[in-house]
Amino acid sequence: MTETAAPPDAGATTPSSAPRARTVRPGRWRDFSLVPVILVLGVIGFIVSPAFLTRDNLVGVVQQSTELGLLVLGEALILISGRMDLSLESTIGLAPVVALWLVMPAHGDRFTGLELLPAWTAVPLCLAVGAAIGTVNGFLILTLRVNGFIATLGMLTALRGLQVGLSEGRSIGDVPPSFAYLGGATWLGVPAAVWICLALFAAGGAALGYLRHGRALYAVGGNPEAARAAGIRVDRLTWIVLAVGGLLAAFAGILYTGHYGAVSASQGNGWIFQVFAAAVIGGISLKGGRGTLFGALTGVLTLQLVINVMTLAGVPPLWTQFLNGAIIIVALVISRFAGGGKQD
Amino acid sequence: MRGRGGPPGERTTSGGPSGPGPDDGAGPHAGRPPGARTGPGNPGAPPALHAEGIRKRFGPTLALDGVRLTVRPGEAHALVGRNGAGKSTLVSVLTGLVRPDTGTVSFAGRAAPRFGDAAAWQRRVACVHQRSMTVPDLTVAENLHLGHLPRGRIRWQALRARAREVLAEYGVDVDPAARIRELGVEQRQFVEIARALTHGARLIVLDEPTARLDAAGIDRLFTELRALRARGVAFLFISHHLQEVHELCDTVTVLRDARRVLTAPVAGLSRDALVEAMTGERPGTAAHRPPSGPPGPEVLRTERLALDGHFAPADLAVRAGEVVGLAGAAGSGATALAETLAGLRAPGGGRITVGGRPVRAGSVPHALAAGIGYVPEDRHREGLIATRSVAENVTLTVGDQLGPGGTVLPSRAREFARRMITALDIKAAGPAAPVTGLSGGNQQKVVIARALAREPRVLVAVRPTNGVDIKSKEALLGTVRRVADAGACALIVSDELDDLRICDRVLTLFRGRVTGEFAAGWRDGELVAAMEGMAPPGAAVEAPGGRPAHGAAAPPAGPPVRPAAGPAAPPVGDPVAPAARPDATEGTAP
Repeated sequence: MTETAAPPDAGATTPSSAPRARTVRPGRWRDFSLVPVILVLGVIGFIVSPAFLTRDNLVGVVQQSTELGLLVLGEALILISGRMDLSLESTIGLAPVVALWLVMPAHGDRFTGLELLPAWTAVPLCLAVGAAIGTVNGFLILTLRVNGFIATLGMLTALRGLQVGLSEGRSIGDVPPSFAYLGGATWLGVPAAVWICLALFAAGGAALGYLRHGRALYAVGGNPEAARAAGIRVDRLTWIVLAVGGLLAAFAGILYTGHYGAVSASQGNGWIFQVFAAAVIGGISLKGGRGTLFGALTGVLTLQLVINVMTLAGVPPLWTQFLNGAIIIVALVISRFAGGGKQD
Repeated sequence: MRGRGGPPGERTTSGGPSGPGPDDGAGPHAGRPPGARTGPGNPGAPPALHAEGIRKRFGPTLALDGVRLTVRPGEAHALVGRNGAGKSTLVSVLTGLVRPDTGTVSFAGRAAPRFGDAAAWQRRVACVHQRSMTVPDLTVAENLHLGHLPRGRIRWQALRARAREVLAEYGVDVDPAARIRELGVEQRQFVEIARALTHGARLIVLDEPTARLDAAGIDRLFTELRALRARGVAFLFISHHLQEVHELCDTVTVLRDARRVLTAPVAGLSRDALVEAMTGERPGTAAHRPPSGPPGPEVLRTERLALDGHFAPADLAVRAGEVVGLAGAAGSGATALAETLAGLRAPGGGRITVGGRPVRAGSVPHALAAGIGYVPEDRHREGLIATRSVAENVTLTVGDQLGPGGTVLPSRAREFARRMITALDIKAAGPAAPVTGLSGGNQQKVVIARALAREPRVLVAVRPTNGVDIKSKEALLGTVRRVADAGACALIVSDELDDLRICDRVLTLFRGRVTGEFAAGWRDGELVAAMEGMAPPGAAVEAPGGRPAHGAAAPPAGPPVRPAAGPAAPPVGDPVAPAARPDATEGTAP
């Protein structure tokens, strides 16, 4: 390939003469390319409304970012390893519903469950359901080798339907206190969900940067055949990542349920677009092998800030959907040029 | 991927008067009559291409320094040089992809089109890249008209008829209704060449066209190219294989360090003189290496190792200090055997032992743990993680050695990578440099560094010098040799004679069977013949050096290699794959 080979070809003639200072690559700053965008959004918010720079508002923005953030965390891991999972947006709703269905009392005025298990098992059950959904996705994609996009799109629809069937299309209130705790509690003056989300992002980032299996995700996403030839168990790793993605989505469901006190029938509905947008704006490649969790986190914050600023600016609710989509496209274009490289 | 040659029945264009067909000769590296060369076209006509004083600078690097190049109509002009000499930049300039800082380019006596007028450039010159620029799921006819489909309704009948005419005109035997995906690599190249010719180009740049072809494919390609030359089409031929330059080209231009150092007729130019022009130093004699002391204890052993459809039960034994060659063309099963040793394929039967201990078959982690290091055939497909740095690529196999408890400490990874970069003399800005920025030879060194990172007891390398220049080739083969000299052993799987020359002995594979064993000192012809499943010419009993050359060369207490399949034994009752010919399946099976 002549056109792409030309610059490295030229560079290769005098590689040793390249000064050491030039090894600071622009790519290193790519992860931070959204930080100025966030600052600019802050300034706009400050101009638009005095309510923006209040503690309540900012905490609200951050808390609303947690549920989306956990989905993005899961999706980012899956994307880095070269796959995609659309069903996460249904898992966030279905996993809590299944858990509650198994533990809620069989007799009650509103939602009747099976009461098979004690109430304290709701949280572990919910996480297990999430992991199980990821495992099923893995079975479809890795064992049956069907197309991952369509398979998880099918899962998205099926799981949403399952949730509607189980909950009879209604919201589920009166959730067990253990289930509601994490989403509603406040630690050190900040919602517990925020701490948990930050901790999970930090743990994920550390795993990707400093654990051999984390590094292996990049290899698997970048070139699965090379990863296999280098002794990485590609299928096993991918399967685990898909399960972890489902687990994180289920956890996001717990936080969301606790936050609002009930599982709504449309919980997570339509989120997957935001999830992908946040990941791509944050510099995660849809082709795999590229991106960082810090970038993904800034992508989430950017999207949430945009929505918040729009709300504060008093945009008529009927127009928010249009503006939301349009702004995501603008954000994509900005991050494409701010990040330097091609978005893929 | 190699081994996708078209079905033999489809081919009628080769075997013409200008060269031997693929089935009657001993491959591209042996015995082609050099006189089958049509002279360049009429000397009075203006040159097909004339470039003068081309200079191009990328940042601090001078990529081309006053280069001059003239290609006459009907001439096959070779452009050779080491990686980084400026060939790719020159081709980019000549095809209008890069604007030179100074200098002029003219085609057929007329100045080159304005920079950026892609269509006008296309009408003068076309480049057939290593990677195919055809659309695999469209038909040949549609690919021929790509970008030039008529306005309005497309009349498929007429389009196909026109394509058939074009293909017939250039003597390309391809069905216009076939999809590109179904064609062999060289047939795709024919389609690209035909497309360029229909646009009016009379100069075709071939950028390493043979890199992905097997011997028969190269034969078909060259036959076609010779026919086109006779019709006045000029070629600029870029290749790392000097043998091919001698076979096909009239004139050669050598680039070194951004300058043109030589333009001369190929006929009077010895290989050594060419190598000297490319490297700037006298080539070391590429002689067979003298046997180095008695081999040590047996390290790698296979017992009745077999994979249905690829190779018949094979018993190999490689001893410490030995480099053993496994020579076989595409479809011979040699690559599949290497992949089985590396754990990438699960064998149908038999076992592998390293140092007397059985290795769990079909598992790369177990093969690695047992001490088998693997250099895959195609570094782009199976070797490199293109999105990551040199350090990450090098340390991919040693993730468990770079920190406690499953962690990878970046400082240790960098340190490790730096050591490998020094040890293998990898030209990179540093461990954090992206691996895609390296030249081909250095990328290949990264792949070998990864295989060596675990200090393997057995190094299995498939075509380790694929697509690298002659200097890198020496360095890479020297590395393999040193691994063996340091007490490990190495198995080189290749059909490149240069790769096999450093081996202590070479086993040849044909259609999944070991057909012979040659001690160092073999002659090119006999080895190629064995690889192609032919009787060695004259069935040489003794090589010039008095060494037994064939069959009986098992080393002391060596492997129980079955005797050669017999000089004239046709592969009729081939037990490997009576239904699915191995050369049709190798490489496509997962």
